[in-house]
Amino acid sequence: MSEDFLTPNAQPQSRFFAAVSWYDLFSRGARDWLRHNEKVREAVKQRVREFITGPDVLSRAQGGTVLVPVRLLEHARFRLRDPESEAGAGQGAGEPGQVLRPAQPQTGEDEGERRGGTAEGEVKFVLELKVDDFLDWLWEEMKLPELKPKQSPAAEDDDLVREGWDKRGARSRLDRRRTVKEAVKRRAIQEHPVPFTDDDLRFRQLVRRPKPATNAAVIFALDVSGSMGETERQLAKMFFFFALQGIRRQYPKVETAFVAHTVNAWEFSEEDFFRTSGTGGTASSSAFNLAFELLQSRYDPARYNSYVFYASDGENSSEDHEPASAALRRLAPELNYLGYVELRSSHGISLQTEMGGILTELQHDHPTIGVRQVASQEDVWVALREFFQQQAEAA
Amino acid sequence: MSGTVAEYAPRIEALAHKLGLDYHPVDFELVPTTFMMEVAVYGLPVRMPHWSFGVRYIHELIRRSMGHSRIFEVMFPGDPCRAYLVSTNTLAENTLVTAHVLGHADFARNNQLFARFEQMAGTHIVEHAAAQAHRIEEAVGEFGQQRVEAVLDAALALEPHVDVNMELHRPDYPTEPKPPTEQKADDDPFRGRFKGLPGEKDAPGISKEHRRAPIPSAPEYDLLWFIAHYAPELEDWERDIFLAVREESFYFYPVFACHIMNEGWASYWHARLLREADFLPESLYLDAVKAHSDVVRPFAAEQQATLTVNPYHLGFSMWEHIVEEQGIEQARRICREEDDFGFVRNYLDRDLAKKLGLFVYEARSGGEIQITGRNIDAVREAILAPKFNYGAPRIAVSELRHDGTLVLVHDHASDGRGLDLNRASRVLDYLHGVWRRPVILHTVDARGEPHELQKQ
Repeated sequence: MSEDFLTPNAQPQSRFFAAVSWYDLFSRGARDWLRHNEKVREAVKQRVREFITGPDVLSRAQGGTVLVPVRLLEHARFRLRDPESEAGAGQGAGEPGQVLRPAQPQTGEDEGERRGGTAEGEVKFVLELKVDDFLDWLWEEMKLPELKPKQSPAAEDDDLVREGWDKRGARSRLDRRRTVKEAVKRRAIQEHPVPFTDDDLRFRQLVRRPKPATNAAVIFALDVSGSMGETERQLAKMFFFFALQGIRRQYPKVETAFVAHTVNAWEFSEEDFFRTSGTGGTASSSAFNLAFELLQSRYDPARYNSYVFYASDGENSSEDHEPASAALRRLAPELNYLGYVELRSSHGISLQTEMGGILTELQHDHPTIGVRQVASQEDVWVALREFFQQQAEAA
Repeated sequence: MSGTVAEYAPRIEALAHKLGLDYHPVDFELVPTTFMMEVAVYGLPVRMPHWSFGVRYIHELIRRSMGHSRIFEVMFPGDPCRAYLVSTNTLAENTLVTAHVLGHADFARNNQLFARFEQMAGTHIVEHAAAQAHRIEEAVGEFGQQRVEAVLDAALALEPHVDVNMELHRPDYPTEPKPPTEQKADDDPFRGRFKGLPGEKDAPGISKEHRRAPIPSAPEYDLLWFIAHYAPELEDWERDIFLAVREESFYFYPVFACHIMNEGWASYWHARLLREADFLPESLYLDAVKAHSDVVRPFAAEQQATLTVNPYHLGFSMWEHIVEEQGIEQARRICREEDDFGFVRNYLDRDLAKKLGLFVYEARSGGEIQITGRNIDAVREAILAPKFNYGAPRIAVSELRHDGTLVLVHDHASDGRGLDLNRASRVLDYLHGVWRRPVILHTVDARGEPHELQKQ
């Protein structure tokens, strides 16, 4: 061979190298794994609604995070479909016809490894997401506007803010960094400097500034008459939950109250949401009056941005028409927003119910009233979007 | 400890040379297991970043933590070859692995398939791949993660879809068809008379459109090449990525197609070199032989049978058998000329298959697995079946339409069944992202009826 002619009897000279020290420090595998996880987060983000409406993610939310079970992503390639039966080569003892493994009952998908190349797609892991991130994505996806606090001068708090420095002040507001800087400057120009003098001291100063009220009060009113079933309450709770989350995004301090009503209205705690019930007729005016009283007594309209959300199946006794209308007229001006969701088992053609009628009528005078029918989880999102947009426009 | 491997290595090499091994020198490097695992996952010491490698990496981590997998060496052919050994493995293991790597190096230099690739791509593919990876990382900086990743998604999904029978550096199709025959028209006496007839106009000139040769002129199985050369709106840096993936795919092919032969050959030589290395201490030799028998065994001692054939065991047994029956010179000839297809079909004979206890089984979708027979032809084909067409379905470009539509056809007749439609659709999504014009794929569904997937 010509190569042998060129290098007659050449002994290959193999060489040995010790490991390069940075191998331990840098992992490309880990880098690409992180990128994979980033992609999973993006995928979760895009399908965030499915995750929320699916299994009860919210009840599992703990310590500000939610755990979402996800699959490893699979980088797709062309593959033949899984065959009915597949032949392969094996090695060992056994006669033709011998069954090496009996047919297995169909196991659930969670049963870990399955035969064949699909195994790669089956590994699951749990991704921990911050509830706040989760809601941010939701808001982004739903393109919900941010709420606006009340603009009225009444709804203002005074706030002390830091502003400037002075040579005199309380010890507790001594700014050490500035003081040292001053000392350094002075020492630089003095011939026999002392470490510190009183002149070097700098104290932070405070001034009063008015600030818009950042407190919010949210009153959830719920019709608990016999016609409100479990499904309706589920939808109501889902709506309330996200409405509250939306408001929490805007205001640092949010207080809530739950009001239930049949003919009379009473306050109840959140834990009793699914249990509270009553019998008899329906008079929604009681709930609106109670809400008004709560606002007056607990949530001073001057200091609170107040919201009322009311969920009902729309039925209301006809005798209550005038009282309800009057109560709403009194309540609405005090509020940033009043949202009404009408829970129905199926979509009606229009708002023909008693409550729907009253509120639709009021909408003409009060743009901060929103009315929406909700029959499914999907409707909850539509309702939320409408309410938030309307509220942002009205403010 | 590492120094000691380096001490034995020259004497093993001298012995290898005496026994007629012929190879490019090897640069050995002792690396931590973590690095080793990455080299195995990426297939190259430095390779382009992609999230799918991250997934493989995690799988490998899991497998390793469960004790299912242990990597002894990874070797890259070239001049010099590069081999990585695990620094924490025992001296006996690494001595064995050093000998094993020399077997690989000999195989890679002499086998025709390896030689053909080396002639097409040169001997510095490892450095080349590292440079490509670097360029891709620069592209990420310039064009953003999203765009680069979209191209890599498509290119890596098509990794096995190359035509290894063609050149690595292929020219485009000829743009003009064969010289048109009409020039001769006037020479044709009939046509001459016909044209001379009164009232007969000149035949309308055949428009340029028609004269253009159809693309592709025959079904094109090298999808990576076709896309790189004919995608209507591919940018240069995107084309580079496709060509980089294609080049690496060509590089991996000989290793893939000669896996049984190559591992068997290396195992044969590590066994023989250690046996004849009288300079090794007795205890080290015993430990090394133990490591050898752990690697080159059909199945774990507690098992009765296995549903996968260990290529180390099969290849090793076959080479021992061939050398015993036909001599080392004949074995060398086989090593030069064959790949796994020829190797298994021509040299896995009935006696050996019987001795090894090879069988064919059938796995039904219900989970039942049954031995169907020990027929030698069936056994050979069952061993080779996963290796056809680089282990991928046969998919070809059948047509590039004037509006830029790409038409792919799955050769379901030769594959025996249709594609997994869900995955195929996702691959088309990747592909559509870089082709940027409609993409169509023809295959068959579960009932065998024609099925068309389309991305507009």
